[in-house]
Amino acid sequence: MSTLADVPGVPIAFKRNAREALDDRQLRRNFRGAMDFLMDKRRSQFPDGDELERLRAFGNRVRARALSKLPELLERLDANLTRNGVKVHWAETVEEANAIVHRIVEQHAAKKIIKGKSMVSEEMEMNHYLGERGIDCLESDMGEFIVQLREEKPAHIIMPAIHLNAGQVAKLFHDKLEVDYTEDVDRLIQIGRETLRRNFFEADIGVSGVNFAIAETGTLLLVENEGNGRLSTTVPPVHIAVTGIEKVVENLRDVIPLLSLLTRSATGQAITTYVNMISGPRKADELDGPREVHLVLLDNGRTQAFADGELRQTLNCIRCGACMNHCPVYTRIGGHAYGTVYPGPIGKIITPHMLGLDVTRDLPTASSMCGACSEVCPVKIPIPALLRRLREEAVRAPEAEPHHVRGQGTKYSKKETMVWKAWRSLNTSPVLYRAAMYAGTRLRGLMPSTIGPWTAHRSAPRLAARTLHELAREHLGDQ
Amino acid sequence: MSHPFPATANATRVAPPLEAARAYPVKPSDVFLFGTCVIDVFFPGAGMDAIRLLEREGITVHFPQAQSCCGQPAYTSGYTDEARAVARAQIALFAGEWPVVVPSGSCAGMFRHHYFELFKDEPQTLKQVESLAERTFELAEFLLEVCRVRLEHTGSPVRVALHTSCSARREMNTHVHGRALLKQLAGVERVDHDHESECCGFGGAFSVRMPDISGAMVKDKTAALKGSGAAEVVSADCGCLLNINGCFEKQGDTLRGEHLASFLLRRTSPAAEGGAR
Repeated sequence: MSTLADVPGVPIAFKRNAREALDDRQLRRNFRGAMDFLMDKRRSQFPDGDELERLRAFGNRVRARALSKLPELLERLDANLTRNGVKVHWAETVEEANAIVHRIVEQHAAKKIIKGKSMVSEEMEMNHYLGERGIDCLESDMGEFIVQLREEKPAHIIMPAIHLNAGQVAKLFHDKLEVDYTEDVDRLIQIGRETLRRNFFEADIGVSGVNFAIAETGTLLLVENEGNGRLSTTVPPVHIAVTGIEKVVENLRDVIPLLSLLTRSATGQAITTYVNMISGPRKADELDGPREVHLVLLDNGRTQAFADGELRQTLNCIRCGACMNHCPVYTRIGGHAYGTVYPGPIGKIITPHMLGLDVTRDLPTASSMCGACSEVCPVKIPIPALLRRLREEAVRAPEAEPHHVRGQGTKYSKKETMVWKAWRSLNTSPVLYRAAMYAGTRLRGLMPSTIGPWTAHRSAPRLAARTLHELAREHLGDQ
Repeated sequence: MSHPFPATANATRVAPPLEAARAYPVKPSDVFLFGTCVIDVFFPGAGMDAIRLLEREGITVHFPQAQSCCGQPAYTSGYTDEARAVARAQIALFAGEWPVVVPSGSCAGMFRHHYFELFKDEPQTLKQVESLAERTFELAEFLLEVCRVRLEHTGSPVRVALHTSCSARREMNTHVHGRALLKQLAGVERVDHDHESECCGFGGAFSVRMPDISGAMVKDKTAALKGSGAAEVVSADCGCLLNINGCFEKQGDTLRGEHLASFLLRRTSPAAEGGAR
């Protein structure tokens, strides 16, 4: 019988996805090389460790302040965008967000959409939703364009096609775009740009994401390196921006440190090639720009994280991707194995709020808690602490109150709970502990040489002949 | 001193994060040793070597026989109540004025950082937690910063690779101390290994719950340690050593990691090659 876990690529099949990824030598090489490169790039941007620490602490406080008054800032953002002539829409679910976009599309009888990079549109599966309704969405970010041609999802939130090497892209372009085979990266980029170029002018609507939504001025800020974001948001007559509700910041002053942290942490750039600031549609006396600008603000589980003081820190995220670049797990299994829009450490802590802890049950566990992610996080999200918290929610009794996370108790088992209760008794009763350790070391010859999954890659650990408790008592006396 | 942010991903960061800075007391006459449960049953020799190193500095070591585990296995698995109960038992045992020396960055990190989270709702206990955290030192850190040891190498020249656990590196910042101690030994050359700051894949229950990913990580780690050209491998965390040594053994390799305390004692005591193993 087939179960959900048999469907590849979904988070519930994480363990299987990961196993397959680990066996893919090419994928392993591609990721290791790419992540090493990105770590070096980032490091070169922060030569002064003290400056980095100060900036991270500041970034953390700016985000914490914005989140502390999130409802108020969202209302101000709405009011100021509206004053600027931007139409603001609120969506609780991805279904609502897609319906809003679809209504705008229908109002304009649009057939063709050009898209700048947007992870929220990936959350919505907008391409699929609109595609089913006869509307053609074309990704214009080079990485997104490549994964769309391959009918894949992005493998990384900043670099969607990071899992591929030049040869794989060369073959893809040769097969799908019917161009001569070349592994020359500059030439490949040219081919992509030439293919995309006319589409900006043919599109009825441009869709983009948002990096920071600035409440005070009613401004949508968008960073990019290819110019496709600027074209997508200025050439078509209608621009629809989609974003999560947590992207709001109070004012332009707050953006400066966050922007610096974002680009330096993400791609190791002091600043991106393009920084777009959109504060409304074309005015009567202006020659260009869209005639209509919409913003769709999506919740999709974010308010669940917001409601809990600890889990709220998840929403500090400015989507730089540094956590995945530095993650030893992500480096080995790549982005697709997670089966989620957001892979890597940030994906493990945010996706449970979007899809439920039951669907994502293996994600919080898939970490050695090494802390490489939180060490580089530009806004100091304590990712291991949040993973631990989600583990706690996963093993709490499903009916236990209060209920913080949808899918609570998905890993609750009476048997495992009993095991930990026994562990507690053992470790809180000195007599029991010493007796057990004494017995264990005396019976060590009986210990099996294979112990479950541990011995697939390692020999079984061997108990010592005598415990430290015994040796220390001999040496120091009974204390 | 090398540049704090070297140019390659393989090199590790030298500059400690600002929050890691702490004040050190003068050398005390007495200390507690928290042996850790992993050392208790898998590496008791490392625990004894830690005791001997401290005694050699003229310190009286106290090992409360009622100690067990710091609570970390339950804590990281999400069984917070169970972790709290076990933590409470340790806090009571290590009350007083004496420093608590821990031959593991990981368990020391529990005492110093995570007990605050465990007892955040108990103001009375928090006072004891604060005292314990203040008095907790990882062994290498204690030898270097509190005992101010000056070690003299007595063995033949050797190249060693030092694996530092993630907690030691990122919570305790004690990779600098391990390095500094090795540097005191004239005949010991510490060599870097590839992706040195990367996790070995142990992570306690992680190695059992995600055996394939953990296995891939430890295979890369053992390959890097082999590739460094080191004749010996040392680490100040026995959890990592269980993982790394198990992988070496499974691969039929004869290389084995040893606890830093054992290495230091063996390499500096007059009776070279002594020490409880």
